[in-house]
Amino acid sequence: MTLASFAFYMFATVTVASALMVISARNPVHSVLFLILTFFNSAGIFLLLGAEFLALLLVIVYVGAVAVLFLFVVMMLDIDFVELNEGFLQYLPVGALVGLVLLTELIMVLGGSAIAPDMIAGGPKATTDDMTNAEALGRVLYTDYVFFFQTAGAILLVAMVGAIVLTLQKRDNPKRQSVAAQNARRRDESVEVVKVKPGQGL
Amino acid sequence: MDNASLSFFQAYVMPFLLITAHSLAIMIALLLALAFFMYADRKVWAAVQLRRGPNVVGPFGLLQSFADILKYLFKEVVVPTTANKAVFLLAPFLTMFLALSAWAVIPFDEGWAVADINLGILYVLAISSLGVYGVIMGGWASNSKYPFLGALRSAAQMVSYEVSIGLVIITVLLCVGSLNLTDIVLAQKNIWFCVPLFPMFVVFFISALAETNRPPFDLPEAESELVAGFMVEYSSTPYVVFMIGELANIVLMCAMTTILFLGGWLPPIDIAPFNMVPGVIWFTLKLCLMFFMFAMVKAMVPRYRYDQLMRLGWKIFLPFSLIWVVLTAGVLQYFDLAP
Repeated sequence: MTLASFAFYMFATVTVASALMVISARNPVHSVLFLILTFFNSAGIFLLLGAEFLALLLVIVYVGAVAVLFLFVVMMLDIDFVELNEGFLQYLPVGALVGLVLLTELIMVLGGSAIAPDMIAGGPKATTDDMTNAEALGRVLYTDYVFFFQTAGAILLVAMVGAIVLTLQKRDNPKRQSVAAQNARRRDESVEVVKVKPGQGL
Repeated sequence: MDNASLSFFQAYVMPFLLITAHSLAIMIALLLALAFFMYADRKVWAAVQLRRGPNVVGPFGLLQSFADILKYLFKEVVVPTTANKAVFLLAPFLTMFLALSAWAVIPFDEGWAVADINLGILYVLAISSLGVYGVIMGGWASNSKYPFLGALRSAAQMVSYEVSIGLVIITVLLCVGSLNLTDIVLAQKNIWFCVPLFPMFVVFFISALAETNRPPFDLPEAESELVAGFMVEYSSTPYVVFMIGELANIVLMCAMTTILFLGGWLPPIDIAPFNMVPGVIWFTLKLCLMFFMFAMVKAMVPRYRYDQLMRLGWKIFLPFSLIWVVLTAGVLQYFDLAP
């Protein structure tokens, strides 16, 4: 067994095991921590494929930003475990359906050599011979598919604005800092010197 | 030895031993250096406040950090009864592990990196973006209010400032045309990037302060509000491991500033007396200069309020660095300087 396949089996085993723990852990925070482990090991598999840029991007975007927000939200939830377990059976059909769709797709991908051999023949390659990973990805993304790239950016922007609009609550009396007003304050209009006579007070 | 075992030895055992030796050498040198960085930090701080600082253990108090570490290691580990034990103990070690593993790609001199990988800068960014987990896990697992508030603050703060750090790095990469840290240093042969990209240098420095929870942005452990933030419940060995991890991160940020803006191991002027000094000495000198600035900021600048911190990150640094990315790209393209 070469070192590469040993590393693959290690990453794959940990990925699958931690993915299982994501759905079976009782504590949601533990679930998110296992999700992070899953992401991390998937990045390892990308690295073995030679897709080093994708691997690091996965770590930076998913582990470094998305999962932090997950953890942030899950930590602040006040979770009632009894209530959480009650609704379990109610969502089973939907979950089973999603699982079935995913299973079918996985079979299609893994059995690709039998189902559509001519599609697989060339085989996608993670690396090109004459340029680095990041360069190849940049060429494709910013020349061939620049329109789709821009559209994806616009969609994400709209989604972000939408999320802010939905959650923005107008309060009657918000306390906001006004930097201009603070800087415009002068000493004589905000400080008053009072001579206090002993024994009398103010 | 027959042929097969010889080739196995050459293919796997030798590189393994070599990499292990490299990593160990860097780790030991780094940990030793960290002890003296801690001492330097305290001395600078004391000098600004007209105190003496540590001066008892060893000559000039040089061994103070070792005495402190020994003291912590021999104390009893106290884990709060309501804490989530596994996560509580995992958090400091995760912090230290991540902080040390980022050093694998740092080139101390030409070719002096354990792993001189193509995407070195992305690797450092990825590892440092994971640093937030140690703080969040520690704060949450303590199961108490102040640590939790500290963890929440730190999560928001580190994610915010990572954005502007990313944009600053993009500006530098535009001038280099490679993500390899060695290439980034070599691209500064003629002029260090802190000269043409001076505003980005300032933004990076301030963001690095926020990213490593250093004063004036040490709100996750603001002692006047949160006792010690996410570290309230930590004591003895886990505490000292947390501290070493944080310090390693701070020195890592100094090293990154050196590589990105101060020309890494390159001498200031490429003439006789300067270029005879080995590169690693230049690198160390620049690193110490950056650390001195970190220490001076700690001693001189009062702590920010949390909303000011967020305002600075999102409303000032983000637009400013974005404009600089566009400007740099435009200038490079217009004058045909792009590599």
